[in-house]
Amino acid sequence: MGCGAIDTGLVERLTGICGQDHVLTDKDQLRTYECDGLRHYRSPPPVAVLPGSADEVRAVVRACHEAGCPWVARGAGTGLSGGALPIEDGVLIVLTRLNRILEVDLENQRVVVEPCVTNASVSDAVGPTHFYPPDPSSQVVSTIGGNVAENSGGLHCFKYGFTTNYVTGLEVVLSDGDVVTLGGKELDRPGYDLIGAFVGSEGTLGIATTITLRVIPVAESHETMVAYFDSIDAAGQAVSDIVAAGIVPAAIEIMDTLSIEATENWTHAGYPLDVAAALIVELDGPEAECDARAGDVLEIFGTAGASGTRVAEDEEERALIWKARKAAFGAMGYLSPYYYVQDSVVPRTRLAEILRKVQELADESGFRIANVFHAGDGNLHPLVCFDAKNPGESERAEEVAGAIVTACVEAGGSITGEHGVGVDKKKHMTEMFSEQDLDAFQRLRCAFDPDGLANPGKVMPTPRLCGEVPGPYRRHPLEQAGVAERF
Amino acid sequence: MAAGARVEVPSSPDEVGEVMRAAAEEELRVRVRGGGTKRAWGGAPPQPPDLELSTERLDSVVEHNEGDLTAVLQAGVPLARAQAAFAEANQMIALDPWLGDDGRATIGGVVATADSGPLRQRYSAARDLILGITVALGDGSVARAGGKVIKNVAGYDLAKLFTGSFGTLGVVVEVVMRLHPLAANRVTAIGTSDEPDALGRATSAVGHSPFGAESLDVAWADGQGQVLARFGGARPEATADRVVELLGEEGLTAERVDDDEGLWQRQREGQRSSDGAVLRVSALASQLPSMVRAAQEAGASLVGRAGLGLSWISLPAHDTGGLVATIEDLRRRLRPFSCVVVDAPDDVREKVDVWGEDATQLMRRVKARFDPHNVCNPGIFVGGI
Repeated sequence: MGCGAIDTGLVERLTGICGQDHVLTDKDQLRTYECDGLRHYRSPPPVAVLPGSADEVRAVVRACHEAGCPWVARGAGTGLSGGALPIEDGVLIVLTRLNRILEVDLENQRVVVEPCVTNASVSDAVGPTHFYPPDPSSQVVSTIGGNVAENSGGLHCFKYGFTTNYVTGLEVVLSDGDVVTLGGKELDRPGYDLIGAFVGSEGTLGIATTITLRVIPVAESHETMVAYFDSIDAAGQAVSDIVAAGIVPAAIEIMDTLSIEATENWTHAGYPLDVAAALIVELDGPEAECDARAGDVLEIFGTAGASGTRVAEDEEERALIWKARKAAFGAMGYLSPYYYVQDSVVPRTRLAEILRKVQELADESGFRIANVFHAGDGNLHPLVCFDAKNPGESERAEEVAGAIVTACVEAGGSITGEHGVGVDKKKHMTEMFSEQDLDAFQRLRCAFDPDGLANPGKVMPTPRLCGEVPGPYRRHPLEQAGVAERF
Repeated sequence: MAAGARVEVPSSPDEVGEVMRAAAEEELRVRVRGGGTKRAWGGAPPQPPDLELSTERLDSVVEHNEGDLTAVLQAGVPLARAQAAFAEANQMIALDPWLGDDGRATIGGVVATADSGPLRQRYSAARDLILGITVALGDGSVARAGGKVIKNVAGYDLAKLFTGSFGTLGVVVEVVMRLHPLAANRVTAIGTSDEPDALGRATSAVGHSPFGAESLDVAWADGQGQVLARFGGARPEATADRVVELLGEEGLTAERVDDDEGLWQRQREGQRSSDGAVLRVSALASQLPSMVRAAQEAGASLVGRAGLGLSWISLPAHDTGGLVATIEDLRRRLRPFSCVVVDAPDDVREKVDVWGEDATQLMRRVKARFDPHNVCNPGIFVGGI
């Protein structure tokens, strides 16, 4: 795969399309793009191009197709699985100039954006009455295009779902440069749910150049509560009790001692440093409902043995509580020069068991492992702290992180809840999927990108080509009618 | 059952794979059958199926993980039966389409057709509730995608691709669904008006309110309409009362109905017709008054997910020519919005393109990759796929 050394002909064509200022070949400039948020994978691209419009994206992709050259698309580069890691022999298509909000149709609760509009600015555009629910912690920087590629979640997805639940329309540039429109502002257009297939495809099916999102009204009332526990198990029990009571909080998050220590250093949000776990529960809904349920939650905190509780008195305090949680990854720098963020999932009821396993791995390996997790949906983010300056330590940290993933899959979970497979989790794909499953994935990829030019080397554990359709061949009626060709 | 079609009733995912492999070798056209409540949906196939694959024996709820709010169901499980079991744990699959008079509609059929009911306002559609899927493809391979947890981005989301694909990419064998708590109490605020614009204003007011209705529907028949907003939870009455006021402010005659299940069953039934035709319109919430007027002028009734812009226009029984002409008139009038014929007599189905638009090349490429031998429900989907 790849087109060898990028030939000067292609660079000239890209320059013709986007202008000299927007085609980078200088090694120092390209270093900016050598990695995404997963910093221990680095590979400077031979050329980066920054198209300024959907038409330019299409022309760039078409030029790559004609040159047989693979490419990787990139937004803000906040991804945590190496999904936007450049390839040595391909073009990096940087979409940051496509950053306009094209339309706000509040009446129909839709917003139409270009891919590099940031996540937070969508909510800003429709607030304070409405909001865009998926809210990854990186939301001030991370872009909707990247969110679409990764099917990003966030703190509020236990109740509100993920990016895929909010995309109603896409304009996509396929790897041959053709543009397809999927869906629109309306729901249930006839045909296959190709939006469902595209969202979360990690840049391997094409580039979304226009994205239509659904936004929803802000709930009347919010109650943000924190309870402190002497053991993570007790906090986990409180979560189980809340779920068993039929309560669906907007968010349920747990931070352990190490995470609290790290974030307090930075945010001074007032979390006590001597507790084993802080459980954050946010309810939203109509006032009467929220009040009733908040009382239930506080009672459950008590029954589960909370050593203390805190209820946000106003919007400012609510923001502070969340600031600490959202800062958890970034703040980890206070504890350790390097850390490896893991993102695996277990069925919620297996959380306590898996956390004991994580502790065992920490004890055995000697690494400190901080835990922050989306407790409602069983999505763990253990942060394995290490020092890359010590020889062999990053490899060992990665091994420990890998062992956590394997344990989660064995418990019936997933190798990734929201960060994606990218390059980071490729090797774990076979723990979760059989050869036949992977073959089915490849069918989808081949339908979209038969030449394998879109972000090759990501997601699938081993490189695969799109061959002829296997098995006894029967002439397809669609081919007979001349409406489809075989790839 | 189609005349002359052989019937296979496999009892495990692997057996489904074997049936499909044999079918591919024999070059058979396979039609999948669940409860048979939506059998006629889709386009009239150019040729009758050679083989009917019944999911009747794939009827077990494999797992109900109460604490995880997930369930694994084989495709042939009647959804009503599963819901009754989940209700014992105060849980539900938040999908409530009409399930047939005797509740025969299966989860596989609901997923394959992406059918939905009033709960969609709050919980979205089948695509949003499905966590994982096992399918048997046209060459007999049995593949799984997704997982058993409510949050998972590993691999391509084939569960969504197969949802609403009408069995044309493969046979849905097993699904993993997300569950939600069943509301302890439910009440409905209902407002009546004979003014389509007032109904539009009222649904907009409720749809943009911060009250989070579980369902937000509209109904119209014989020159009069209702807005129905259902609230569920520990204390839904207070919220419903405030919405009754809101409806009143928009000029509707409004009240709160506590014993409201009948109202919602009527909404579900309004999406179906046994002798007339039903057209599903994918529009925008702001278009509601035009939808209502179009229905009124066509002598039809309408139910709709008012907050989502989806409407089902139900044409009363008429001769074939009359129904075909009305469907085509409505399509012209409602352009550019998609109008899919859901229910219709067979002879109407043969005279109109039920999907109303062609398939894209990309859709055809997806079909060709997943079902290269064109074994799976050929001809019934968009563009003759």
